[in-house]
Amino acid sequence: MERTLRDWRAILIFVGPALLLYTLVLLVPIIWSLGYTVYEGSPIAGFKFVGLTNYQRLFDDPTFLKALWFGTKYALFVSAGQVILGLLLALLYAFYLKRSSVLVRTLVFLPVVLPTVAVAQMFAKLFAIAPQYGLVNSFLHGVGLDQYVQAFLGSGASAFWVIGTMDIWKAMGFYAILLYTGLVDIPEETIEAARLDGAQGWTLARFVVLPLLAPITVASLIFSLNGTLKVFDSIVALTNGGPGTATTPLTLYMYKTSFTYGEYGYGSTLALTLAVQCLIVTLLIFWRARRAESR
Amino acid sequence: MRLTRTTLALLTAATTVTTAHAQGSKTITYLTPQLETQGYTKTILDLSRAYSQQHKNVSVKYQNVAQTGLAQQLQLFAASNNLPALFAIDQPSLLAQLQQKGQVVDLEATFKKLGLLDKLNPAAVTLQKKLGGGKLVALPLEMNIEGFWYNKKILADNGIREPRTWDELTAAAAKLQQKGVQPFAASGDQKWPLTRLIGGYVARKYGADAMDRVRAGTLKVTDPGFVEAVTAVADLGKKGYFGQGVSTIDYDTAMNTFLQGKAAMFYMGSWALGNFNDAKQNKIGANNIGFFNFPTVKGGKGTANDWSVNTGLVASVSSKQNDAALQDWMKYVFGNFGNKAFADQGLITGFKVTQQPKNVPALTAMVQKKISGVKNPYLWFEAYFSPKATTIATDNVQPLVTGDLSPQEYLQQLQAALK
Repeated sequence: MERTLRDWRAILIFVGPALLLYTLVLLVPIIWSLGYTVYEGSPIAGFKFVGLTNYQRLFDDPTFLKALWFGTKYALFVSAGQVILGLLLALLYAFYLKRSSVLVRTLVFLPVVLPTVAVAQMFAKLFAIAPQYGLVNSFLHGVGLDQYVQAFLGSGASAFWVIGTMDIWKAMGFYAILLYTGLVDIPEETIEAARLDGAQGWTLARFVVLPLLAPITVASLIFSLNGTLKVFDSIVALTNGGPGTATTPLTLYMYKTSFTYGEYGYGSTLALTLAVQCLIVTLLIFWRARRAESR
Repeated sequence: MRLTRTTLALLTAATTVTTAHAQGSKTITYLTPQLETQGYTKTILDLSRAYSQQHKNVSVKYQNVAQTGLAQQLQLFAASNNLPALFAIDQPSLLAQLQQKGQVVDLEATFKKLGLLDKLNPAAVTLQKKLGGGKLVALPLEMNIEGFWYNKKILADNGIREPRTWDELTAAAAKLQQKGVQPFAASGDQKWPLTRLIGGYVARKYGADAMDRVRAGTLKVTDPGFVEAVTAVADLGKKGYFGQGVSTIDYDTAMNTFLQGKAAMFYMGSWALGNFNDAKQNKIGANNIGFFNFPTVKGGKGTANDWSVNTGLVASVSSKQNDAALQDWMKYVFGNFGNKAFADQGLITGFKVTQQPKNVPALTAMVQKKISGVKNPYLWFEAYFSPKATTIATDNVQPLVTGDLSPQEYLQQLQAALK
């Protein structure tokens, strides 16, 4: 093995094609996009060198700050929901339903494979107010809570909860399976031993199961946060960032800036801030997990 | 970054570009937000099918895009020099960019060559050229007049006369609301039906040239008249005159609300005649629909003789696809377009009608007469705006009518985007 690794020709043959492909489809566009941040314009209107103007613009652009805040708030809420509910579901599969969990697992996983647009259409109808009340408003009306009947997608505050709920509902099955595989991997003997020592219910979960599950939980959290920080399709399909720009995350703002306003330079700068945000979040989680491990 | 690339790649892959194959067959792609079965798109596709029967090697491929995503998609296509052969375009400033880049066909020259120029209505050409910097780079597939359509029966039943002033309009709305009738049907999801009201108000306040003066820089959108206009429109929303959840109402829902008699008034362009004249959609009856111009406002310079007129959703032709086969198809389709659109659906287009059908629907005849009598036309609110200012004007109108954005903030953000 070591001899193979010392042979640069072997390395070139094994790694070369993949590296070349990776460079072409990933690194080149990233660097290209970075280059755009010091230019302004679009392929139709032409480009102009502007130096660091795009970066300065970030600081006095209220829409950017609003989008950054919305995206962060959204990511925290949805990721927490996805991982916590996923974890609870996984515990349910492993300790309560046990072997009979197949059907429930399949049902909870089903939304993961549904197209986002279809799910969004369904949620739009569920929360509709006109031309007919959707299920939610019909229910509220039916039980006499008419003061709560409202256009859920028509105001930024309630639209946030609808989008959040939808994304949690759609992805929790995935995290449940991911965490469930981790749970299955915990040796039966360890659990037995803890039980003999008197650990039960919450104590068992808190001091035995969760610490053993920590690596997978951290991985789930990183997956989830990176997905939710970059949310795009579900918001486009459900509210298209509206009403106004109330549910516009950075991704959508970047998309509009680049492709509607024709400001590719500023769009790339926004994309860069998003990448930096994802990087910081991932590093933070790693750092926390490392510290917890070393303790 | 990943998103940008993926979207670009996907869109490029998804575009079936008009391609001339080795066998000499040609696929003409037509991109539009209009439904296949409605408006002038139906006419174009019907004519194309007839053409394809005689020319088996030519086929037309219809591609649909949501109107809110049209400008974005066109920008992506244009960036890769890959525009569809015929495409709808709703932002004059984007069209101007495409023209500068030479990506769209000069239709005056092409139509002259094909002997089609006299098929066009000169008034529509003038209007279109005004938007295209003196060039005809888009086809006036519609010739519209805009105003308030109303349900005659509902107004009569409630003892309301056709409103002439803004005060009469709001008084009528208040009365209807009180009686449990939704005063206006409007699509806040489309956004532009709401900004049209701002544009109309401003034209009444400052006169028909209001937006020309904004373009010239002699008027600012933060001026008091604009604040008054935006406040007036925001009030309609805050008082609930547009019904529940206006920003979630899409175009078809708004149309149906009016055509099923669930709302009294509907601000819309005359392109909706196709829907109004269709008994299947129109449950209130075409005879029951009345029409009045945007009401005048107190102390305003504009009069009820100034009309909002436009060529609607225009369509341009890609210069990359402009070959002999495409021109032959254009000659057939646009040679017959005006007559067919009028005969089949009563649509008034920017094309001349040379064969008057025997039974012209009454509404269509009324609109035809109004359009030919317009002395002082003005364009819609965002006509001269950049894509960015257009987006800001339309996006922000949603929180404006729900009271989540103040009129002052709305106009400040717009003024900033106009700089």
